[in-house]
Amino acid sequence: MTVESGGATTSAPLEQPAADPGLIQLLTPEGERIDHPDYPLDLTAADIRSMYRDLVLVRRIDTEAISLQRQGELGIWASLLGQEAAQIGSGRALNANDMVFPTYREHGVAWCRGIDPVKLLELYRGVSHGGWAPEEHKFHLYTIVIGSQTLHATGYAMGIQRDGGADRGEAVIVYFGDGATSQGDVNEAFVFAPVFNAPIVFFCQNNQWAISEPLEKQSRIPLYQRARGFGFPGLRVDGNDVLACYAVTKKAMQAAREGQGPTLIEAFTYRMGAHTTTDDPTRYRLASELEMWKLKDPIERVRAYLVRTGQAEPEFFAEVDAEAKQLGAQVREACRTMPDPPPLSIFDNVYAEPTAILEAEREQYASYLDSFEEAGR
Amino acid sequence: MTTLTLSKAINAGLRKAMENDPKVLIMGEDVGKLGGVFRVTDGLQKDFGEDRVIDTPLAESGIVGTAIGLALRGFRPVCEIQFDGFVFPAVDQIVSQLAKMRYRSRGNVSLPVTIRIPCGGGIGAVEHHSESPEVLFAHTAGLRVVACADAADAFSMIQQSISSDDPVIFFEPKRRYWDKGEVDVAGGLAAALPFDRARVVLDGTDVTLLAYGPLVRTALESALAARDQQGPSIEVVDVRSLSPLDTETITASVRRTGRCVVAHEAPVYAGLGAEIAARVTEQCFYHLEAPVLRVGGFATPYPPSRLEDHYLPDLDRILDAVDRTLEF
Repeated sequence: MTVESGGATTSAPLEQPAADPGLIQLLTPEGERIDHPDYPLDLTAADIRSMYRDLVLVRRIDTEAISLQRQGELGIWASLLGQEAAQIGSGRALNANDMVFPTYREHGVAWCRGIDPVKLLELYRGVSHGGWAPEEHKFHLYTIVIGSQTLHATGYAMGIQRDGGADRGEAVIVYFGDGATSQGDVNEAFVFAPVFNAPIVFFCQNNQWAISEPLEKQSRIPLYQRARGFGFPGLRVDGNDVLACYAVTKKAMQAAREGQGPTLIEAFTYRMGAHTTTDDPTRYRLASELEMWKLKDPIERVRAYLVRTGQAEPEFFAEVDAEAKQLGAQVREACRTMPDPPPLSIFDNVYAEPTAILEAEREQYASYLDSFEEAGR
Repeated sequence: MTTLTLSKAINAGLRKAMENDPKVLIMGEDVGKLGGVFRVTDGLQKDFGEDRVIDTPLAESGIVGTAIGLALRGFRPVCEIQFDGFVFPAVDQIVSQLAKMRYRSRGNVSLPVTIRIPCGGGIGAVEHHSESPEVLFAHTAGLRVVACADAADAFSMIQQSISSDDPVIFFEPKRRYWDKGEVDVAGGLAAALPFDRARVVLDGTDVTLLAYGPLVRTALESALAARDQQGPSIEVVDVRSLSPLDTETITASVRRTGRCVVAHEAPVYAGLGAEIAARVTEQCFYHLEAPVLRVGGFATPYPPSRLEDHYLPDLDRILDAVDRTLEF
């Protein structure tokens, strides 16, 4: 940070150790496996290939969505580029009966929960506000207002403690970003969860940027260290390492299930694209930063590992690429042919039962629309 | 005169205010280097420094709460709330603290805080980016609530808001940010209409059409379309000040025309139109030829954007209401 004027209110640069000893990593950017005493990995070669497949497919969905926005098919898109490992790793660590509370960028987690990617496009096309049934997928609606869902997740976890869900081993994971940690709601969730020892994992994807604001505008200490002050453990994982994200999430969820309360996981990653398709990151960050993070790409390292260790043949990668291509075409077609909702659906689902005033508005608007048809327009 | 977009006009007004008063600060999310997501504060941090144009942490309650503290210390903060739907975390600070401090302190404390909020729909956005929450603030005593509709007013009204000793909620019609208008940037504000006054923007004789913010342009287009088709003569009034209301200008127009239609994007139900209709009815009862009609959003949440053209009052819906009031 530079001091441009006055100076009194501008903070000094953060002291960041070159190699953070706290960063949990199981797969280096070069694709080398590292063992960690606390995180033994129980994954087979097939599991890791399957994770690779997920990473490639969700990136393809993302690439396709950006193109669709450029072509005017979507109003906007929030890209997950660069955050695939954080999302696939954590998403795959969940049990089927765990509940997920996402932000609006969790396309990879949505994929893990079996949400049709076209449902995500509906939201960004402006066809729905999020049309899936959360309990069906154990995946709540995308929350756009920053940080609100952390309290919902905490309350949901408190419910699990009270309705027998804890006996069935249920737990909750909530996603949010680095910027969200400044919100009051998030800090209140950090208070409630440990006070009630709620079975919840706070999964913070620190992608370094809250639109144009770098992390030092949100915090003077590494985010995972925040948890300590609230009375629960926090840890930092290499967010571009799908194996490490898987392992730490698995362990933290297990701790939650066993009654050990919340954990904050800071997945240290990077938003490789714009905040959304309307954003222009060249206005506020250096291209060299992106280049540095490209060397830590979450997909390349898995590929390198699989190749180096002979756990995948060239045919496997060709198959995944072909599948990605097909998925892209499928998503594109589904988006382009997606019909607009009927106008009168505006009036649906405002209340459990229709109200007189709303019904009157619906009827009035219906006859207004009919008047155009009668006039032959 | 300079031709400016509405967003550039606000930028020019902010710049003037900062030049004229070193106590004026700008604070919000992404207002610094990025210049705001709509570029309204573009270039201001470069010219006035990081102490006066402050990129805040991502916390709306924090933005308004600290603005109150800065105002207690003698500053004039101008807060940007990035989108209408994001103001709600700050509502406690606005309603319980900002609005009431003068009253609570028996006039000992002034909080000259301006809160800029891009508002309204029509840009194809996702949820929480197209709302019209003005009536929540209009219902809160102690706040001034204004809405600009064109570049010239944007330039003058932002400066008047900042120099006001009352807290001001300043609504900016986001889908009109790119509309151009003539602005007298070099001239002072002496000739500018006070920001608490409504303005007749088009004379007419048959119906008074009241609008504010994004719908002023729609109202003007409706009136001009009616005129072109030898339809009714519509007088368009830009309400400008939503609280307090300039009932003098509004009722004078209705007394001339005998009919009144109010249009806003916010839901009709318990919207500002209800307050206007009640006051017009009370004060112009014997001049009215027809009930006051309201055109606005439905009593629903803001719909997905593919349906927003149905939700937002357009020329046809406004002229339909005009016809109904004439046929009464």
